[in-house]
Amino acid sequence: MSEGPRIGVFICHCGSNIAGHVDVEAVEAYARTLPGVVFVQRNLYTCSDAGLSEIKRAIAEEGLERVVVAACTPRTHEPLFQEACREAGLNPYLFEFVNIRDQCSWVHMQEPEAATEKAKDLVRMGVVKARLLEPLEEQEVEVEPAALVVGGGMIGMTAALNLAERGFAVRLVERGPRLGGLLLRLDKLYPTHEDARALVAKRVAEVEAHDRIEVFTSSVVSEIKGFVGNYEVKITSNRQPATGNQHSLRVGAIIVATGARVFKPEGLYGYDGQRVITQFELEERFRTGGFDAERVVMIQCVGARIPERPYCSRICCTTAIKNALQIRERQPHAQVYILYRDTETQGTRYEAYYTRAREAGIQFIRYSLRHPPEVTDERVVVYDELLGARLGIPYDLVVLSTPLVACEDARELAQMLKVPVDEHGFFLEAHVKLRPLDFATDGIYVAGTARWPAHLEETITQAYGAAARAATILSKDRITSSGVVARVDEALCRGCSRCVEVCEFGAPSLIETAPGMKVARVNPVMCKGCGACAAACPTGAMTAMHFTDEQVTAMVRAALGH
Amino acid sequence: MGEFRPRIVVFACNWCSYAGADLAGVSRMQYPPTTRVIRVMCSGRVTPGFILESFRQGADGVLVTGCHPGDCHYISGNEKALATVERTKRLLHLLGLETDRLRLEWISAAEGARFARVMTQFTEQVRALGPSPLTEHATRSTQYATRDTPHHR
Repeated sequence: MSEGPRIGVFICHCGSNIAGHVDVEAVEAYARTLPGVVFVQRNLYTCSDAGLSEIKRAIAEEGLERVVVAACTPRTHEPLFQEACREAGLNPYLFEFVNIRDQCSWVHMQEPEAATEKAKDLVRMGVVKARLLEPLEEQEVEVEPAALVVGGGMIGMTAALNLAERGFAVRLVERGPRLGGLLLRLDKLYPTHEDARALVAKRVAEVEAHDRIEVFTSSVVSEIKGFVGNYEVKITSNRQPATGNQHSLRVGAIIVATGARVFKPEGLYGYDGQRVITQFELEERFRTGGFDAERVVMIQCVGARIPERPYCSRICCTTAIKNALQIRERQPHAQVYILYRDTETQGTRYEAYYTRAREAGIQFIRYSLRHPPEVTDERVVVYDELLGARLGIPYDLVVLSTPLVACEDARELAQMLKVPVDEHGFFLEAHVKLRPLDFATDGIYVAGTARWPAHLEETITQAYGAAARAATILSKDRITSSGVVARVDEALCRGCSRCVEVCEFGAPSLIETAPGMKVARVNPVMCKGCGACAAACPTGAMTAMHFTDEQVTAMVRAALGH
Repeated sequence: MGEFRPRIVVFACNWCSYAGADLAGVSRMQYPPTTRVIRVMCSGRVTPGFILESFRQGADGVLVTGCHPGDCHYISGNEKALATVERTKRLLHLLGLETDRLRLEWISAAEGARFARVMTQFTEQVRALGPSPLTEHATRSTQYATRDTPHHR
C-alpha cells in the first residue's frame, strides 16, 4: 500500500440533512479507494458524543495519523473535532474538515447525483490536503493584567472604572487638559433632562478617586508595539510649550474610546456663530445664561445625509427636540420651528419624546434637498414639502443641527494600533453583528462615538461591553495563540522585506544574522495566519502553515480530478 | 448531447465568503453544482500560481471571493487579492485565455443569497465561454476526472 500517513475519513449523515440528498454510502465506498485512506466510517451525527468517541477510538485502535470529517462547516464545528483529536493524542492541526452539507446537500437538493459527485470531489480534496498536513505548535504567552483606555470622556471613564472594579490596573489617556470629553460642553441630556455636567463630574470624581486608575491628561499615545496580552505603549504629553514628557507602559488589552467631534458648518446657511449657530453652541448659551431669543428656527441634517457625508448622525433629531423643549421651558411663548428631512426618533422612549415636543407646540416642517431652506437677514425661507408651499419664518436665532464626525487624529491612532477605520474615518469593528466591540486585532476593543454616532445610553452600554471583552483577556494568566501562522525558511530568505511591507500586524521583521545578511523572522504570537506574506514572498521562503502552496495546489489538482 | 457543465474552482476566504457559502446552505439557496470551494484564511493568500494551476489542471473558470472593501478580517488582504486577480488577468490574456474566466467577487458573511447568485451567474458566464481552450486537447475522460458517471459533452 502507499506510504504516507494513515488517514481516517468520517462521513456524517447529519440526520437526513446530508444523507437525504447525498448518497453517503457511495461517498464512503469512494473514500475507501483514495490513497492513504485506511479507515472510513459513516455516522448519523459525527459531532455527537458517540461520533466523537468513534474518532478517538479509531485514532487509538486504527493508528490514524490524519482525521478527515466530511460534515458541516469548520466555522462552527472545527474546534470540537480538533479537541477530539487532541484528546486522543493527535495534534489538532492534523485534522481536515470537508463541508458536504452547507456546500453540497443543502444547495443541490434537486440534484442528488450531482451532489453525490461533488461530495466525492470534496472528500478527495480534503484527503489530499490531509496527507500534506503538518503538526503545528500553539504559542503560550503571559498576559499583563493591565489595560490602556484611550479617551477620557464618559465612555473611556466608564470602561476604565469597570475594569478597575474588576481588579485590573488601568491607564487612562486623555488628549485634553481634563477628563469629561464632549459632555462637559453639553447642557442637559435627553430624554430625562438631567444635567450633563453633574453626571460627568460624578464619573470624573469616581475615576480620580480610584487607586487602580492612572490618569494621563494632555497626553496622546505616540507608539504602540507588541501583541495581545503584551502591548508596549508610549504616551507623550501634548502640553504647550512641549515638555517632552513620555511614559512607557505595558498593557494586556486596549480600549479605544476617543469619541467624535461636532461638525462645524462653515459656509452653510449663513453660519456665523452669532445669529446662526450650532446645537452645540446653543447648549453653551443655555449653560452660560447667554440665551435670549423668542423666535428660533432649527435646521436638521446640516452637512449630513448628503453625498460627501451620507450617514445619519443619529443623535441630532433628539438633540433638536431636547433643545426645543428647553427653549419652551425657559420662554413659554417662544416660537420654535424644526425644519427636518426625516425625523428619526426610534424606540419606546424617543417616539414619546417626539410626541411631547409636538404637544408642546414645537412646529415641525419638512423640507427636501431639492429645495433646501434659505437663511436671509430677517427670515428663513423654506418650501414645506407637506403643505406644498413656501413659507417665510421670521427669526431671532437659527440653530443648525450638524453631525458628529470622526476625530482628525483617529486615522493616526488606527495606524499605530493596526486597526481599520471606515470611509468616514470612524473606527471599524471586526464584525458588525458578531464582534461589534472587537477589532480584528486581538486584545483591542472599541466603544462609543469613535465607532459611530450613538445615543449616550448606547455608548455607555458599549463601554461596559468593551470592558467585559478586555477582561476576557486580562483575566487569564496566559493565552494561547493559533498554530496557523507563517514560517520562514531562512535558507531561502534573501531579506527583501516584502513580507514586512505586506503584513498589517507587524509579525515579520528582518533580523541581521551576519554582517550584511538579513533574514525575516515571524513572531508567531503576532501572526494572524492570513498568508499575505507567503503570497508576496518572491523566493518561497515564507510558508503559510496549514495553507501551504503545496497543500492548496494539491487541493486545486484534486478539485479538477487529478 | 447534454449541456456543457463548467468546472469552476472557487477560492473563499474563511471570514466572509466561506461564511457566505455557509449561509447560502443554511438558507437552502440552490445553485449549480459546478463549483469546488477551496478555503483559505484570506483572499490575500491567493497567488497567481494557484489560479494558473487551476487553469492548467482543467478549470473552465476560477472565482476568487473575499470580504468587501474595508471589511477584510486582515485589514487589506482583499486589496491584495484585487491586485493579484488584475495581474493574473493580464497573464491569462498573454496565454490566450479569456480573462472573463477569472472573476473576483466580494461576498460577506451575511450575503448567502449573493453567494448563490454569484455561483449561478459565474457558471452561466463560463458556460457561455465554453470549455477552456487549455484543456480542449487534454484528455478529459470525465467531467471531473475520477467520476464514474458519464459526462455530457
